[in-house]
Amino acid sequence: MSEKLTPENEPRIPVTPRLGKKSTRVIEHFVAPLEETPLAAVDSVSEGGAPLSLWAEAWRNLRKQPLFIISALLILLVIVVAIAPQWFSSVDPTSCPLADSAEGPRAGHPLGFNLQGCDVYARMIHGTRASLMVGIFTTIGVLIIGGTMGALAGYYGGWLDAILARLGDIFFALPLILGAIVMMQLPAFRDNRSIWTVVLVLVIFGWPQIARITRGAVIENRNADYVTASKALGLSRFSALVKHVIPNSLAPIIVVASISLGTFIVAEATLSFLGLGLPPSIMSWGNDISSAQPQVRNNPSVLLWPAVALSIAVLSFIMLGDALRDALDPKARKR
Amino acid sequence: MSLNERNTSMNAAASRDADAPLLEIKNLAITFDTQGGPVNAVRNAHLTVMPGETVAIVGESGSGKSTTALAAIGLLPSNGRVSGGQIIFDGEDITHASEKRIIELRGNSIGMVPQDPMSNLNPVWKIGFQVKETLKANGLAGSNANERVAEVLSEAGLPDAAVRAKQFPHEFSGGMRQRALIAIGLACRPRLLIADEPTSALDVTVQGQILDHLDRMTTELNTAVLLITHDLGLAAERAEKLVVMYKGQVVESGPALEILRNPQHPYTQRLVNSAPSLASKRLQSGKAKEALAAAAAAGTVEVTDQADVLKVEKVEQAAHAEKAAHTGGIKSHTPAGRGDTILEIKNLTKVFKLRGALGKSTDFKAVDDVSINVKRGTTMAIVGESGSGKSTVAQMALSLLAPTEGSISFDGVDVTSLKGKALFNFRRRVQPIFQDPYGSLDPMFNIYRTIEEPLKIHKIGDAKSREKKVRELLDQVSMPASTMQRFPNELSGGQRQRIAIARALALNPDVIICDEAVSALDVLVQAQVLNLLNELQEELGLTYLFITHDLAVVRQIADDVSVMQKGRLVEQATTDEVFNNPQQRYTQDLLSAIPGASLLV
Repeated sequence: MSEKLTPENEPRIPVTPRLGKKSTRVIEHFVAPLEETPLAAVDSVSEGGAPLSLWAEAWRNLRKQPLFIISALLILLVIVVAIAPQWFSSVDPTSCPLADSAEGPRAGHPLGFNLQGCDVYARMIHGTRASLMVGIFTTIGVLIIGGTMGALAGYYGGWLDAILARLGDIFFALPLILGAIVMMQLPAFRDNRSIWTVVLVLVIFGWPQIARITRGAVIENRNADYVTASKALGLSRFSALVKHVIPNSLAPIIVVASISLGTFIVAEATLSFLGLGLPPSIMSWGNDISSAQPQVRNNPSVLLWPAVALSIAVLSFIMLGDALRDALDPKARKR
Repeated sequence: MSLNERNTSMNAAASRDADAPLLEIKNLAITFDTQGGPVNAVRNAHLTVMPGETVAIVGESGSGKSTTALAAIGLLPSNGRVSGGQIIFDGEDITHASEKRIIELRGNSIGMVPQDPMSNLNPVWKIGFQVKETLKANGLAGSNANERVAEVLSEAGLPDAAVRAKQFPHEFSGGMRQRALIAIGLACRPRLLIADEPTSALDVTVQGQILDHLDRMTTELNTAVLLITHDLGLAAERAEKLVVMYKGQVVESGPALEILRNPQHPYTQRLVNSAPSLASKRLQSGKAKEALAAAAAAGTVEVTDQADVLKVEKVEQAAHAEKAAHTGGIKSHTPAGRGDTILEIKNLTKVFKLRGALGKSTDFKAVDDVSINVKRGTTMAIVGESGSGKSTVAQMALSLLAPTEGSISFDGVDVTSLKGKALFNFRRRVQPIFQDPYGSLDPMFNIYRTIEEPLKIHKIGDAKSREKKVRELLDQVSMPASTMQRFPNELSGGQRQRIAIARALALNPDVIICDEAVSALDVLVQAQVLNLLNELQEELGLTYLFITHDLAVVRQIADDVSVMQKGRLVEQATTDEVFNNPQQRYTQDLLSAIPGASLLV
């Protein structure tokens, strides 16, 4: 924009004092009666009601949301099943008499048997633990690595940001499943397949998403006045990150973490289905779906039940994420 | 029908029924449906706008002034509705008019100039396109639309309008954007223009020019204006008629100058008393006032000990200052026993590198050779418009930004070279208060943790003594102790600002740097915070470096003023000198731009 064009730079006409306008019309002077318009103290402090932190407020919004109630109850159920499967099924899922192979439902075995003669219901219940563990531990790992990387990149910026962000982009460009498939075929992983190798592989390819979200949230908050204020109080730069910036950046991270927990469970099931995830010795929904595949034409229910369990678990985490997003929405937070 | 023909026929129509009100709002009630149930935003509001008349609605935020005006043009938010009363435009009841009818009226009969010039122009369309859009929507584009657009823009005071029309909003300054918005608002020659805080986001000198221009245009076109503003001085200067709103109700309305000079309702009286633009002298703390009264009553005071000597000195000084003020002298306010330089800024320069194309960078001098001396126990104001570099000076004084050249010494020690422990100790003695009361407190910390934080950082006291200190601090800023457990989102802007002051005071600093500390607050709240700052200065001997764009506020709080323009120091003197006898053209312009300044004298 060229300077000379702006009207603000034009030579100014000497200002005559503005004395206000007088109307030629008669204007009535109205004063509202004081009883109708009582005068309150300027900026008085309301002392009623309990103090509400942002989290408390979010909780108050959340507990009224049907989406949250349903998903939270389902998640609770999944967790209880994972911790104490024996409460839900007294049948041993590993005793598989071949005599029962592909038998239909009967008393004590509501969902029938698979080709090996194992109880489908018992396997579904006992498979919860492995799937949920992969989901939870992957999310924790992703939060630690992605969160740290994202927070440091966003907060310090400069070359650190450039390096970490490009590193993240490289991993981000590889689809989670594809990367995991390739990785799980490496001898080191193929020979030691367990819950932990699956978690490790998923963390390696899963962290950039959380890193991105964290970086964005941290950048948004790092220049806030309260951060500058605490620096001016003598707080070190790093302490300001830990004490002020990160707590204020948590909301979007929690939302994304909850949604990705669901996707990690799916990823585990996919890998197991392909025979690359958990070893067959570990019961998981993915393994069950995989082993049900050959007989899907004559006995589809064997495949259906672990798939239903998987869908419910994943859906409830994604629904929880959505409910949290509504409750923690940064735009709604500013009143 | 060309615009001008249309215009004359409008004028003819207007003069025909000049005595019938153009817009009449009767007993209007507006209700918003919120999560917590219906909220009555406006109750029993009434106002009349005659053809060609300028009416200003004045009120603080949340008073319902914008809501009332928006209802007249059918632009209430989706959860708001008119729950009672009538809106009559030109004899037609449009309270519950159909969407179609309201759209017919908009632009054509009722124009609108919105508040924020930054967000109200669509950044992806050229200015000209956006003006043409309005003309088209009202069937006024005709065959030579582009010429029409240029005509409309140049009327709004944009030079080279044809060229300007081909530019995008980001190529315009704030003032030019607002001119473009005024052009759009008046493009279709409406009979009523609703201007919602049209200049609040602009610098004061630009504000004056734009309002002058708006005045001239609407007078020529005989357009009635409904001006919405929080600034009583501005309203009184620009409107024939004032409507004062408070908590959704009209508390007083009538001829502008009469209301200003003889306010009847206690709320209006309060407003008139605290409007900074109308204030003519520095705030006196309660103690100084008492001392004055005591001196007047006793005549002479007996001297018994050292403390009394000081008191007497102070009283005499204050009395002297008062007398000087009465006789029209220009004696500045200098508290006794103070005056040595605590903060010395010498030849300060800050150059920012602006990233240009292809990795080239250009230097931008944000602060250019600025020297300021701040005397202990006094207030130095740095005044300037946006881009004057005043906030950059503040940042450097806080040692949050390293200067390119020059030095800042605090109590004889060079601040710019401080490191580690010394810098940590410096932080104890100089504290900031920021502009945005919504941004300066961590929303995750409750008030107790917020005020305790500085004590914790500097490892002062144990949990118990810290709690005691927090209570004291809250008391000092007149907040109840029960606030401790609350969170910032539960407090109003003014209250948050008081908490920020309490936090700044926690370490017993010598200097507080207020960066636009009261600019975001409503007039009455602003007055309250300014009074608090003034009392605290008196009580604790604080030194303020007060950064502001508002000269009116300077009058109330500052002892000395430094005027900055484009990074340079333009004028520096005591407040009285600057106000009574400004030396520089720029300062004179700033002063004359204070709305309402010439109304009360």
